[in-house]
Amino acid sequence: MPLIMLSSPHAHGGDSIRVIMLTVILALLPAAGVSVYLFGWMALLLILTCMVTALLTEAACLKWMGRPVSALLDNSAALTGLFLALTLPAATPWWMAVLGSVLAIVLGKQVYGGLGYNIFNPALSARVILLISFPLHMTTSIIPMSALQPAIDLYDFSLCATLFFMGPEALSLGFDAISMASPLGHIKTEATLGVPVAEALAAYQYSYLDAFLGLEAGSIGETSALALLIGGIFLLARHSITWHIPFTYIVTVLVLAALFNGINPDQYASPMFHLFAGGLILCAFFMATDPVSSPVTPLGQILFGIGCGVLTWAIRTWGGYPEGAMFAVVLMNCAVPLIDHYCRPRVYGHGGRRA
Amino acid sequence: MPAMLRKIAQRLGMLQHSFTGGIHPDMHKVSADMPIEDCEIATLLVLPMKQHIGENCIPLVTVGDRVLRGQKIARSEGYLSVPVHAPTSGHVVKIEEHAIAHPSGMGLPSIFIESDGLDESDDSLDPISDWLNTEATVLRERARTCGLAGLGGAVFPTFVKLVQDKRFPVETVILNGIECEPWLTNDHRLMVEHAAEILEGMAIIKHMVGAGSGIVAIEDNKPDAVAAMRQALALRDDMEGVSVLALPTRYPQGSEKQLIYTLTGREVPAGKLPMHIGVLCQNVATTKALYDAVVLGRPLTERIVTVSGDALVKPANLRVRLGTPMRSLFARQGLEDLSGIQIVHGGPMMGERLKGPDVPVVKASTGLLAMSAEAMGEAHSVEQPCIRCGHCSEACPISLVPNLLADQCRSDQFEKAEQYDLFDCIECGACSYVCPSNIPLVHYFRYGKGQVALQRREQLFAEASRKRSEAHENRLLREKEEKAARRSRVRKTHAPKTDEAKAELVKGTASEPAVEEDK
Repeated sequence: MPLIMLSSPHAHGGDSIRVIMLTVILALLPAAGVSVYLFGWMALLLILTCMVTALLTEAACLKWMGRPVSALLDNSAALTGLFLALTLPAATPWWMAVLGSVLAIVLGKQVYGGLGYNIFNPALSARVILLISFPLHMTTSIIPMSALQPAIDLYDFSLCATLFFMGPEALSLGFDAISMASPLGHIKTEATLGVPVAEALAAYQYSYLDAFLGLEAGSIGETSALALLIGGIFLLARHSITWHIPFTYIVTVLVLAALFNGINPDQYASPMFHLFAGGLILCAFFMATDPVSSPVTPLGQILFGIGCGVLTWAIRTWGGYPEGAMFAVVLMNCAVPLIDHYCRPRVYGHGGRRA
Repeated sequence: MPAMLRKIAQRLGMLQHSFTGGIHPDMHKVSADMPIEDCEIATLLVLPMKQHIGENCIPLVTVGDRVLRGQKIARSEGYLSVPVHAPTSGHVVKIEEHAIAHPSGMGLPSIFIESDGLDESDDSLDPISDWLNTEATVLRERARTCGLAGLGGAVFPTFVKLVQDKRFPVETVILNGIECEPWLTNDHRLMVEHAAEILEGMAIIKHMVGAGSGIVAIEDNKPDAVAAMRQALALRDDMEGVSVLALPTRYPQGSEKQLIYTLTGREVPAGKLPMHIGVLCQNVATTKALYDAVVLGRPLTERIVTVSGDALVKPANLRVRLGTPMRSLFARQGLEDLSGIQIVHGGPMMGERLKGPDVPVVKASTGLLAMSAEAMGEAHSVEQPCIRCGHCSEACPISLVPNLLADQCRSDQFEKAEQYDLFDCIECGACSYVCPSNIPLVHYFRYGKGQVALQRREQLFAEASRKRSEAHENRLLREKEEKAARRSRVRKTHAPKTDEAKAELVKGTASEPAVEEDK
């Protein structure tokens, strides 16, 4: 029986972790929908595998630690699974999805003491481990159904199930035959060959409208800027997140991109390209705003957003990997306690700002 | 970025100032339209010897004495204290400890008066109708004699605030008619029904502190109170520079610091009083009580209590004699069976939850709520881990970071908590109210404050012990020196000794451990 609190207040606003997590899951539905449209059964299988594995792993961890398994109902594990799935490319085999989900729950969250105590965003930390361990799988995408010539029919369940569980070899297809690079990966490869950005994009038949709508290759949940913005605006309207992180994050990337693009357009991609490419919008609205691993104070959130923006752009531009958003968020996660300590708001009745 | 835009607009003077944070709880003001009713006088009234912030009172009566309404039955002790008066005529039947309205169920020495049903008044205090030509010190003494303490719930002795200090002249008197706690409507009804008396009380306060301007601040969810106060204001010709303002409804607008900021755009510096920025805040009910004390010569023996709550069918605003048992108020409103019902003294945000209804109404009793477990937030009583959502910092009206502060209090890192301004917390409860993890943040802050206070007391005690033991050792040393000196003087007559040998003797005795306890 819970100890009944005698201390005031004797009223509660009714907010709960369960509802907060559920709100984020709802906000991700448009992006998940687009992923299913683009990648058919591959996306659905991936999302289900990740969510189920995350829930089972969480249950096992809770049981093992002697905590009530009913904590599963807070929806946080389901959200982590969905997050991870949306950051994975459609060509991810089942065992990699399972491994990633287990890593997200165990290494990303439970080893720190469970919900609320993790330093890093659980889904992103697992994604980073997968990226470093399996760079080929993690940077190439199956050709989406929106492409002029999809390699295989992704709406065919048996075909997709075979591909997901047995690999392309079972369909006697080479991995190259069904996959293509994402726009970010493409210009990164071309840049190493000295091809100017504009030419590389032209060769890719890149279109800003397709990028905005998400009709292109990439991780299943990150392609559609439109779907993600709908979810992000929903979160802002529901007051699940505040503007501070997404706004400063995206603006920082845009400003840096515009600056360098203005100096040398051959070498540096345009701000619009950066905006719609890769996981920027997904990270800005959903990953960087993960409450547990982001700063609490408004000023801290602004600094955090700027830091994420700088790192994302820098890694995309100068780093070894085509996409830097997830690294940026995970790196900035480390700085959160420090940011929180120095960004406390000025307290009522205390004159000037403190250091 | 509405918060930021709002700040900018305020800076430019385009928008009224408004405090940061705050919440919009369900207000449940079901008794807002219920006129104040006179509550029957109970047969046995219990008067605790402390109904204010400060020192306990000392009883002036003994068992068997007959007392009259308004007769002083306990005198104040020390500066920060006000006397207690008999709420009706009758006999003192007991003076012993009785449970008071405190969550722990603790007791205080109390005077028990059996009413004789005559309700005769003690008219020894003269009305001061010509207060305008009465010295402020006389009026101040009147406020003290009549037992006035802040009736908004904090019960700070009123006379202490009604002072003219040349270093800090009060420019603005603010009457607090905000009543931002859910359920409570006692101040609301008082403003609707006694607007003229409240304004007269305000005029007295302005006269006492020499203030030029005044504001009556009321939340805009009480339009009838605003109208009544404005109407009463229009009838007076001595209230230049006084206005009645309707402020946006937001909890905790009625907190003194937040109210002052909203009205003046100035913050009360940490550790200072409103007086230091030229402001004096008084609750409307206290102001009405000051009117009664000065103009009618009546000590504080009754107050308006809102009896309400979701477990009560017949809510009411009652004029209740102090000392009335709370159980009888519930019974009067048709609630006899109190099993399974939670009782809250004050409002739900800052009030105390009581162990039982057998405690008397005191000067702090703004409201008395009978609540079901659901309304008390039972579904949100299990604490879950903090997910750092930051809703608490957004709600905090003084810009603390409650979740970090709670972590520090929970892990006994009090030094750090003080560095994070633990002692600026006003315990309004907004953070706990919004917390999705149901963390009792305010409870942790109270614990932290209590522990720090305890540590400080222990430090003072240790310091005092150290000084005492040093003094003790010095005295022993001195005594031994004197003894040695005497002995050597005696010896000198027989065999003279050298100074070195004498010094050796002193040193030898001084190093002996002092184990005796100082008396």
